[in-house]
Amino acid sequence: MGPGSSSDGVEQGSVTVALLLSGVGVVHPGGRRALESVDLSVAAGERIALIGPSGAGKTTLLRVAGASLRPTEGRVELLGAGPWGLGAGALRRLRARIGAVHQAPPLPPRQRVVTAVLAGRLGQWTVGRALWSLVHPADTEGAHDALDQLGLADRLFDRCDRLSGGQLQRVAVARVLYQRPDLLLADEPVSSLDRATSELLVSRLVAQSESTGAALVASLHAVDLALKWFPRVVGVRAGRVVFDLPAGDVTPALLQALYEGDAVAAVPAPDGVAAATAAAMMCR
Amino acid sequence: MTRWPDPDARRRGTLAVLAVVAAWPLLVLAEFKPWQLFDGGNLAVMGGFLAGFLPPSTDPAFLSLLGRATLETLAMATAGTALAWVIAVPFALVMARSLSVSRIGPARGAVAGPVVRGLARGVMMALRAIPEVVWALVIVRALGLGPAAGVLALAITYGGMLGKVYAEILESVDARPARALLEAGSSRCMAFAYGLLPGAAPELVSYTVYRWECAVRASVVMGFVGAGGLGQLMDQSMKMLNGGEASMILATFLLLVLLADGFSAGLRRVLA
Repeated sequence: MGPGSSSDGVEQGSVTVALLLSGVGVVHPGGRRALESVDLSVAAGERIALIGPSGAGKTTLLRVAGASLRPTEGRVELLGAGPWGLGAGALRRLRARIGAVHQAPPLPPRQRVVTAVLAGRLGQWTVGRALWSLVHPADTEGAHDALDQLGLADRLFDRCDRLSGGQLQRVAVARVLYQRPDLLLADEPVSSLDRATSELLVSRLVAQSESTGAALVASLHAVDLALKWFPRVVGVRAGRVVFDLPAGDVTPALLQALYEGDAVAAVPAPDGVAAATAAAMMCR
Repeated sequence: MTRWPDPDARRRGTLAVLAVVAAWPLLVLAEFKPWQLFDGGNLAVMGGFLAGFLPPSTDPAFLSLLGRATLETLAMATAGTALAWVIAVPFALVMARSLSVSRIGPARGAVAGPVVRGLARGVMMALRAIPEVVWALVIVRALGLGPAAGVLALAITYGGMLGKVYAEILESVDARPARALLEAGSSRCMAFAYGLLPGAAPELVSYTVYRWECAVRASVVMGFVGAGGLGQLMDQSMKMLNGGEASMILATFLLLVLLADGFSAGLRRVLA
């Protein structure tokens, strides 16, 4: 375990815990180990960036945090509940409070943008409302407002297959903004996007966390984005948490050790952050 | 020989040889001797039979009977397919693995899930294993002669077929949208409607229309056992050796299939 493996540098006080992992380990069915004794605690309203070389276990960690993967070992608590002890109905209601942005936006190409955004609240809507919304959008205003924050309001009634990759990811983010979850998870949300769009998406996720008090956990390839937008940065390598520090305490040496030997990111030059960033950004 | 031999080549070759070796005894067993068709005597017999079909009958009394029977057949096929759809949809939603909530995690009920899916698959198999004409024979005894027996027989057998193929279509489209919705707390039915349906709709529609077309044809065979419609008319014409009437009925079938084909193509264009 590296320095400060759990949650030092973060005051928890009486703030409610949005995400609590203790001793979490994941072994995939093939026998490959993806996570090993991970401890992580995220308070409501807190924003955390996960960084680390590819294959480090960031995606697995986020899937555990999103109640979509049950860990082999350890304890998970999401928004005050242990998801894997819940009945089907309670688990559904818990999942409705968790929003995820995926690396590849999971939107059906033949669906209209407005429907794709409104689908964010399927976990909260009644069946009748959801079915009617397929015939006529139930909350055009809401979808419009969410898209407007991402500069895509004019594509409200376009079909998803008319959008570019970056626009699709913006729709996916609009969906999660519209969902208004209490725990926001983002798995490499900007890995294939240009610089300006990346900044826009990350800033919107951060703004959502600030305005709604949702906890935000995002994995990022671009180290500089992580350091710029997230007060707390967690380094993951080979399935373990290597460091868990305030962004200001992340040193070039730590980054170099984190990405050491990563074939794609190469070894960051001693002058640190900028080089590590450049290397990490070359990944895509 | 290249320096990078295809590792799959040997397996593919073996499979191809095995397929031929396995098919040969089957052809022998099925007494597959197509050349007998062209033996002099056989050709003349078939020719004589077909010549009796010309010219198609245009007798007004027969045409009015034909019109009525056509409507009856269309009604039988449509009602049967609609009922089959009602049976098939819930089963397909249960069987499609990409809509399984318990597979995520896996959560509680991950053991029961495959059992329920297996049971549903078994029910679908049982429904379609018995040909519709056999169901019709059984039901005619209960409901008497007429299209009602045909409708029920079609609903049972086609329900089993539609359910199986719907589930397979749902599993063949991209599962990630539905999975993402399930992970955000959506129910199974809504994950289907918002996640799978947009991608699967054209295939589902075209298969359903194709099944309707099959139902039109199946109603002929069922007509032979007394389930009404064009089939029953055909049966009567053939028994009275009235080839002109039979050929007119066949022409009607051709028209109906053409109609179904155009309808399906139109619907797909609308959905695309």
